[in-house]
Amino acid sequence: MLRPAGIDDLCAILAAGGALRLRGGGSKDGIGAETPGATVVDMRGFAGIVDYDPPELVLTVGAATPLAAVQALVAGQGQMLAFDPFDHAAILGGAPGQATIGGVIAAGIAGPARLSRGAARDHLLGFTAVSGRGERFVAGAKVVKNVTGYDLPKLVTGSWGRLVALTELTLKVLPAPRAQQTWVTTGLDPSAAVAAMARALGAPAEVTAAAHLPRWNGAPATAIRLDGFPGSIAARAAMLGPVVAGLTPLDDTAAAALWLAVRTAAPLPAERPLWRIIVPASRAPGVVAAIPNADWLFDWAGGLVWLASDSDAAQVRQAAAAAGGHAMLVRASAAMRAAVPALHPQPAPLAQLESRVRRAFDPDGVFEIGRF
Amino acid sequence: MPEPDAGVLARRGDIVAALRAIVPGDGVIDHADALRPYESDALTAYRQPPMVVVLPQTVEQVAAILRWCHANRVKVVPRGAGTSLSGGALPLADGVLMGMARFNRILDIDYADRLAVVQPGVTNLAITRAVEDAGFYYAPDPSSQIACTIGGNIAENSGGVHCLKYGLTTNNVLGVELVTIEGEILRLGGRGLEAQGLDLLGVVVGSEGLLGVVTEVTVRLLPKPETARALLIGFPTVESGGKCVADVIAAGIIPAGMEMMDQPAVHAAEAFVNVGYPLDVAALLIVELDGPAAECSHLIDEVEAIALANGAVSIRISTDDAERAAFWAGRKAAFPAAGRLAPDYLCMDGTIPRRCLPEVLTRMRALSERHGLGVINVFHAGDGNLHPLILYDANQPGQLATAEAFGADILRLCVEVGGVLTGEHGVGVEKRDLMPLMFSPADLAQQSHVKSAFDPELLLNPGKVFPLLHRCAELGAMHVHNGKLPFPDLPRF
Ligand SMILES: Cc1cc2nc3c(=O)[nH]c(=O)nc-3n(C[C@H](O)[C@H](O)[C@H](O)COP(=O)(O)OP(=O)(O)OC[C@H]3O[C@@H](n4cnc5c(N)ncnc54)[C@H](O)[C@@H]3O)c2cc1C
Ligand SMILES: Cc1cc2nc3c(=O)[nH]c(=O)nc-3n(C[C@H](O)[C@H](O)[C@H](O)COP(=O)(O)OP(=O)(O)OC[C@H]3O[C@@H](n4cnc5c(N)ncnc54)[C@H](O)[C@@H]3O)c2cc1C
Repeated sequence: MLRPAGIDDLCAILAAGGALRLRGGGSKDGIGAETPGATVVDMRGFAGIVDYDPPELVLTVGAATPLAAVQALVAGQGQMLAFDPFDHAAILGGAPGQATIGGVIAAGIAGPARLSRGAARDHLLGFTAVSGRGERFVAGAKVVKNVTGYDLPKLVTGSWGRLVALTELTLKVLPAPRAQQTWVTTGLDPSAAVAAMARALGAPAEVTAAAHLPRWNGAPATAIRLDGFPGSIAARAAMLGPVVAGLTPLDDTAAAALWLAVRTAAPLPAERPLWRIIVPASRAPGVVAAIPNADWLFDWAGGLVWLASDSDAAQVRQAAAAAGGHAMLVRASAAMRAAVPALHPQPAPLAQLESRVRRAFDPDGVFEIGRF
Repeated sequence: MPEPDAGVLARRGDIVAALRAIVPGDGVIDHADALRPYESDALTAYRQPPMVVVLPQTVEQVAAILRWCHANRVKVVPRGAGTSLSGGALPLADGVLMGMARFNRILDIDYADRLAVVQPGVTNLAITRAVEDAGFYYAPDPSSQIACTIGGNIAENSGGVHCLKYGLTTNNVLGVELVTIEGEILRLGGRGLEAQGLDLLGVVVGSEGLLGVVTEVTVRLLPKPETARALLIGFPTVESGGKCVADVIAAGIIPAGMEMMDQPAVHAAEAFVNVGYPLDVAALLIVELDGPAAECSHLIDEVEAIALANGAVSIRISTDDAERAAFWAGRKAAFPAAGRLAPDYLCMDGTIPRRCLPEVLTRMRALSERHGLGVINVFHAGDGNLHPLILYDANQPGQLATAEAFGADILRLCVEVGGVLTGEHGVGVEKRDLMPLMFSPADLAQQSHVKSAFDPELLLNPGKVFPLLHRCAELGAMHVHNGKLPFPDLPRF
């Protein structure tokens, strides 16, 4: 394990080459194949708040700053990371509090509010990094509106440590909602639930999150959340009544429990392989119908299907692809992870372009360690 | 631009014939008179008729043209409606101009998944027009939206006055079909919220036509807000106006739009449209709020209180859409109004951290005195995107050069205070040579490596975005002479 103390160290390590596995808090080590031949580069030396000016909606931090510290900082100013990041120790096991903001960005995964407020990629404005060449560079900027040069922040978000080692991140932050209210309607089958959520999102009520759990307190539950100002939540709820029947409000404790369960896929059995499937929302019911004996739930109004299943990986991927989407293997035994790529394979021409783009950052393949 | 390649020019006849074999009929234009209309985009200071124009109609034709050009080392410049303000669609003397105007169909509208699939030559506004009866719209609204195409919007990552709340193009696009210079037809993203693997869609948006030709676009649709209302607020100082903007955001309010004008801009606009703007204020702010009626009136009260606490000297609140439109009319007239103050003006487009606004305006006034040219300022106040309009007279010897030097100084100032060269108009040819102000050679090299991954021979839209070596620094901008605006019918923000 290497632990660079500063950017010069990091440049020297990457320039020297080899097979390198970047790690923030290591909270997602369980994703992808094991890589016994790779040397771990522990990025935790790059931690700390660099600049935060709340009314500018801009925050610059070291990449290894704990997610929890970033969230506490912005919450203290009534703001939030709007893409809804969370510590996923709940999913993969392990101690909470280890996740770093760099790992969150490199993993590029967002919570239920992603439906309305955008993903991690929509909130990374700029960064400093060291490429696989061992060269330090910056991209993007520290202001909210910028089109100068290629939007490399998009490309590094969700790159899973395969392009660059991130050292500093500039994020867009947003005001946290002053109030939040969740409503639930029960008893809908998957198709009726997805249709109801689509109607809610088609109304001008500004729904922030929508999810469907086939079993919640013993019955199917379809949940719809509104965020905003107290008076306006009531006005917007009134717009939902005509399009979704039987909505009843949840108290805050019940709502928090429900969204935590959705975010961490908690109701799904921990011993079965876990898939994260992204499809057009209207196709979600078809996906779960195609895979027998699966446990599942819908987030993002159906656009995200969490699915736990012992079915063959090919069958799951086939169902996702047939619905115009893709399936990521999030949790599985080491043997399965060695045999099944975590990321859904791409069509050949796209895979070739991707590999050329990876080479653009990492010509000698120091990050090509066979994890994905 | 790079020197035209004599070898390519000598092969012009063969190139035209090869294109005709791919696109039959009137889809290939090679007559000098017919090439004229394509010689520039809305940055008319730069003009260059293309070697030939091709107007494909199918993705197979696009792929065949690009494959042929790649095999024969011929450069290609994509073009949408030609409203770019940075010379992004400027043709090359030895290049093929690929016009996407015939890709003008809306292919699918899906209200269940709230998306539309359109061809790239469809105009931005046409998408909203197609879905508004069902209560939906496409959120990014550049003021050129009646003319500019969604393909151009993708290339420039265009925004509008509502982008603080609703995002730029990049935040509202789900997928594209992209043809690479090698003629490979790829799908990036799709109808789902995100794609697997690297976010190639993310880097294609805003790539100014350098990475591939977009032949289909899937955009997100949003339900139309129930109401929209606006406040028109006058401040005795720029500082107090800027402080009000910061306080609105600090209070947790993200308005649908928040625009500021300095006193010279207010005077120019009022003289032009007479909408009753207060003339004795140093800064005028328009704040628009949208959502359910109850939310709008609640937020109007909050913004009004914040404005009063910051010493606002005049506040008007719209009671209907006509009044709201009147508040905006002056702001929208700022560009043509500038045209009455001077025979020519240059429109700049930098972004700064908002907290630096008073400092930047003060230093801009000093620069204005030093260069001996006037400047008026309109400002997307919510996101810090400045549009200074530099007033000059091209008929006075040396004034154009002075105006350009002044413009470069303004962009240097933006970068110095922590901002950027362009907030929404793109780098193009206009700001290409200023890129080193923001990016080191290593930063630029990393961007060119990405370019090479898509286009190893650098055949797509060369000469844009990346600085050329050995070129004396020269800085253009949107030059407007005698009030003759490119695209005179478009509102300007
Ligand atoms: C099932 C599941 C659901 C999840 N849902 C969400 C969610 O809803 N919202 C959310 O925000 N997150 C979610 N995550 C992601 C997760 O919570 C965080 O991404 C994780 O905690 C990141 O922190 P880490 O420091 O532990 O990363 P690590 O596990 O150390 O690293 C994660 C990845 O990032 C790379 N990496 C780490 N640091 C750097 C760096 N400095 N530069 C470059 N690459 C780096 C690593 O190589 C690795 O590929 C989810 C994860 C899983 C498995
Ligand atoms: C009066 C006026 C007001 C404006 N207001 C705004 C504003 O408020 N906000 C804003 O952001 N911009 C504004 N603009 C700038 C301009 O309208 C935008 O940049 C617009 O997106 C350009 O679209 P277009 O179709 O005209 O593209 P063009 O000008 O034809 O081309 C622009 C770039 O896109 C590339 N391109 C075009 N089509 C494709 C394709 N299918 N595939 C790949 N590349 C392609 C071209 O190569 C070029 O680099 C304004 C312009 C004018 C004239």
